[in-house]
Amino acid sequence: MDVIAESKSKVIHERDERRKQTVPIQSPEERDRLVRAFHPDYKKEEYHKIQTGPNAGERTVREVAELLESDSPVPADLDLTPQYRVDVLVVGGGGAGATAALTAKALGADVLLVTKLRMGDSNTVMAQGGMQVAITEDDSPVTHFFDTLRGGHLKNDPKLLKVLVEEGPKAAQWLIGLGVLFDRDESGNLKTKKGGGSTKPRLLTCSDYTGLEIMRVLKDEVLNQRIPILEFSPVVELLTDPDGRCSGAVLKNMDNDQFIVVEAKSVILATGGSGRLHIEGFPTSNHYGATGDALVLAYRTGAKLAHADTFQYHPTGAVFPEQLAGALVTEGIRSDGGHLVNRNGKRFVNELDTRDVVAASIIRECAEGRGVKTPAGRVGVWLDIPMIDLLLGEGNITKRFPAMVRQFERYGIDIRKEPVLIYPTLHYQNGGVAIDTDGQSQTQGLFVAGEASGGLHGRNRLMGNSLLDLIVFGKRAGAAAAQRAKSVPAGKLTLSHVTRFQKELEKNGIKPKRIAPIILPDYVRRAEIMPAAAAKQ
Amino acid sequence: MTERVHESTIGAQSRMITVEIMGRPYSVPDGLTMLRAMWYTGHEVVRGAGCLGGFCGACAATYRTKDDVRLRNTLACQMLVEDGMSFFLNFSYYPNRKSIYDLDQISDPKQELFKIYPEASLCRNCNACTEACPQGIDVRDGVWKAVFGDFQKVSEMFMDCVMCGQCIPVCIADIAPNHVALYASRAHGARLTAPPQNLTRRVDEIRSGKYTDEWKKILSMSEEELKAAGQPSK
Ligand SMILES: Cc1cc2nc3c(=O)[nH]c(=O)nc-3n(C[C@H](O)[C@H](O)[C@H](O)COP(=O)(O)OP(=O)(O)OC[C@H]3O[C@@H](n4cnc5c(N)ncnc54)[C@H](O)[C@@H]3O)c2cc1C
Ligand code: SF4
Ligand code: SF4
Ligand code: FES
Repeated sequence: MDVIAESKSKVIHERDERRKQTVPIQSPEERDRLVRAFHPDYKKEEYHKIQTGPNAGERTVREVAELLESDSPVPADLDLTPQYRVDVLVVGGGGAGATAALTAKALGADVLLVTKLRMGDSNTVMAQGGMQVAITEDDSPVTHFFDTLRGGHLKNDPKLLKVLVEEGPKAAQWLIGLGVLFDRDESGNLKTKKGGGSTKPRLLTCSDYTGLEIMRVLKDEVLNQRIPILEFSPVVELLTDPDGRCSGAVLKNMDNDQFIVVEAKSVILATGGSGRLHIEGFPTSNHYGATGDALVLAYRTGAKLAHADTFQYHPTGAVFPEQLAGALVTEGIRSDGGHLVNRNGKRFVNELDTRDVVAASIIRECAEGRGVKTPAGRVGVWLDIPMIDLLLGEGNITKRFPAMVRQFERYGIDIRKEPVLIYPTLHYQNGGVAIDTDGQSQTQGLFVAGEASGGLHGRNRLMGNSLLDLIVFGKRAGAAAAQRAKSVPAGKLTLSHVTRFQKELEKNGIKPKRIAPIILPDYVRRAEIMPAAAAKQ
Repeated sequence: MTERVHESTIGAQSRMITVEIMGRPYSVPDGLTMLRAMWYTGHEVVRGAGCLGGFCGACAATYRTKDDVRLRNTLACQMLVEDGMSFFLNFSYYPNRKSIYDLDQISDPKQELFKIYPEASLCRNCNACTEACPQGIDVRDGVWKAVFGDFQKVSEMFMDCVMCGQCIPVCIADIAPNHVALYASRAHGARLTAPPQNLTRRVDEIRSGKYTDEWKKILSMSEEELKAAGQPSK
């Protein structure tokens, strides 16, 4: 504890010095070197070669390789008589799923939305930092395009990216029309904040409840539109017709373990990310159901993945108190002037550089002994939150970050007064199922939207682009799926793609290590459970 | 990286304490959240967990501490267990009526509240909703503010509502206060607030084709050219 207290007092004492300091953004070469040396994406020993399927020959982390080369939870002889017949099946009750469902419904499609947990239990609901939309006078969709491209190490699909930045303002308009309350300035204009890796302020926020506000409204509208919802009914396998087109899905009722078969002319996977795979042992900021289901479901049908080897480690995951380990401390704190400070009270990176660079530099500080150890044995560096009130005036932290204040207050930490300890946390799946500008994957009839999709963000997503992604591409996928449903008949329902994939695994000599989709992480402790009385002495 | 701690023991201290989960006593380490205490004691949690970050309300739980008579609500993913505490997850599922409305078709959003949720004006001021709210929202006051048409204030007050529904079953006037507030808040945003000029301007610019030529150029660039074009001007 002493070391912590001593280091904390350095943080406080060096504040005036640090305020005068500007830490420059590093050159592309420096950034590249730093990321390669310290970012988890470049840890060679964690990477394995994929041997089966459309991405065979590429490398990815062990956790994803095992997910892709897994066994199906659905028996090959399952009776595939459908209980539901719909035009569009939307899979996932987060922002992308809700948006896709609303869009398809508005175009006259008969829509069913199914989701793993409750409608809205998702990553979307937790987004705090905001949504990037280029609206200020000296900003433009083109500037947004180039900022994102730089952040993604130029690996973004330019066509997808153009759609994102150009349809962004309309997406924001759509949300406002539904009643989402983005923060305004005195003249009624939308307020904008600067996010990491961005050259212009462009983040729209609803204090630090941006995702919650968006999700609350979208869910309410899905109910208003009378779109039927099946909760606790995750998709556990897709169905294809004899030509390999997606024709439906098998769900599992989590209350009674029964399978449910759905026939659909179009299927939209909006199942979000994969933080709960705990890649490389990292804690995560993600929701309970973020187990990368879309990756394996789509992969078995023959759809290619894009950038399936790159993950975003959010620079500022909490490491103390232990109970909050992995939980997110929003980037908004850094946007508003919070400093990152090492054990010796010194800044070591421009706080608003891209996330991969900031995360890598925190890992470097800790690896080289300039981190602070917590009582539970984690290491981290300081995020000096009180700096914000010093810069912007007393009361700003309370006003701008009510969720954050509340979260730490529960553990007796007043972030208005004290810095907090942070370390990168597994946050976002940069890649996913490859899509075209209609959100369609390489499998006909199978659309993918939101965090589950890949290509748009390149090798590192720019902060605030994900909320925009799920609205823009949720709409695109919803529209294209509804359109398709108008022009094609329902397909036959088979599991032949699964059988084919399993044969291929066998041919390659791979013994699947797990059954997937995983649905929920296994957090139940298997050790002996102590009855209370025995533990008393 | 430190070695990964099993999820059910994150935060565990060496001191063991006794907690009751649905009436059954267990010995668990101090320092666990309620949800982790569930996992620690071998409970599979399906209903009752969602975001795990304090934002979705799926983990709403009811508890009582040793020397208190009162039952309190909380979020189990955020709340730490303590010695002598007794709790259960209540699954956050209430089959309350949710009124269906079309925000675009409403002529007077404030008056419309009395059609959509007529029971809102029958609040009997018992304050049970406020007492039930794990987010510390003054729910009762919010219902009144909605009834008196102060939709803006309602939207501010309920910004941290996680829709856990704890305020619904306790209401003696059959109001679902969170839904009343959500209507007021949405109506305020969609109908009672002027569209932001800066956004409207940008949408118009895009529609009028202001950037079309630039896009043509950009989309025909090679990766090298994109890289060069993308360097921020200093
Ligand atoms: C803590 C946190 C903060 C963030 N902050 C920001 C931010 O400030 N700005 C920003 O732009 N982005 C932010 N992000 C990222 C962004 O929120 C997510 O990438 C985005 O919301 C993902 O939306 P989605 O709809 O694709 O997935 P989700 O919102 O995660 O929804 C996926 C849904 O699919 C369901 N599902 C999963 N598997 C299945 C299955 N097999 N069958 C049926 N349903 C299934 C899930 O239960 C869930 O409801 C943040 C993310 C986190 C975790
Ligand atoms: S207002 Fe009601 S639904 Fe919202 S957080 Fe409070 S108790 Fe839960
Ligand atoms: S519980 Fe119902 S009656 Fe009581 S104060 Fe709240 S809204 Fe009014
Ligand atoms: S699980 Fe979402 S609030 Fe606890």
